[in-house]
Amino acid sequence: MIQAFAFYLFAIIVIASAVLTITARNPVHAVLWLILAFFNAAGLMVLVGAEFIAMLLVIVYVGAVAVLFLFVVMMLNIDFAELRAGFVRYALIGLAFAVALAAEIMIAFGAWSAGAIELGRRAAPTPDTVPNIEALGLLLYSRYLFVFEGAGLVLLVAMIGAIVLTHRERSGVRPQNINRQVKRRPQDATRNARPTVGQGIEL
Amino acid sequence: MIGLTHYLVVAAILFALGVLGLIANRKNLIVMLMAIELILLAVNLNLVAFSAFLHDLVGQVFAMFVLTVAAGEAAIGLAILVIYFRGRGTIAVDDVNRMKG
Repeated sequence: MIQAFAFYLFAIIVIASAVLTITARNPVHAVLWLILAFFNAAGLMVLVGAEFIAMLLVIVYVGAVAVLFLFVVMMLNIDFAELRAGFVRYALIGLAFAVALAAEIMIAFGAWSAGAIELGRRAAPTPDTVPNIEALGLLLYSRYLFVFEGAGLVLLVAMIGAIVLTHRERSGVRPQNINRQVKRRPQDATRNARPTVGQGIEL
Repeated sequence: MIGLTHYLVVAAILFALGVLGLIANRKNLIVMLMAIELILLAVNLNLVAFSAFLHDLVGQVFAMFVLTVAAGEAAIGLAILVIYFRGRGTIAVDDVNRMKG
């Protein structure tokens, strides 16, 4: 009972905040609605016992991706009112597409549940005694180790790519040149002189 | 009782909303990227629901990789958006056919 209540609560909030994400006038509000959608999707995942993915969703999406979106929205000075021109016209086309897509997926569900499809062999059956995070870790660091490393590589390449794309060489500034500072020796910079009294030194 | 179908319906609605957002906000690249995140969230929800109801852990492993790729995609997409905005002063993407090298 409580499970059904929690499911419907999370599901309704997810869908409502998704609607508000794509229709919000202010992109900052859109990002905030997106964060709400992610939180409630994480709740849905907790309900079926996938705690690790749920927490990952909160940490990665809410903690990193949504904040990145927020940064970009606030950093760029964009006239968002101009960008909303033609929203209604596009929304009608998009609505047709979305309804057709949703109907197709629902029909697929009907076909799927009509004939009982039994998985012949499960790739990694969920263990009964081990908690979710532990079971996932055991799987991830043994059978899927190379795929896991590949995921790390994807993140590394994405990070380097983002830095390379947005980095720009600024001219007209005099940055610290550490190489030149380290190469400088005392004998190049200073000179000992012993001038006689009443006489200066030539510089 | 909540079954697999409930989750699949929620994910399908979320996916359709993502597609709707992608088409309806055709000029606003930021909201388009957010709609892509919604689509990937729907896919993740599907993977996790199948994984839980069919007692197979691989779905959750794959959901994690989808999450990884989604994070990388958001970072690269926003970086491209920033340099595009620097060059053009706008993010209206219905005339991005000038990126011909």
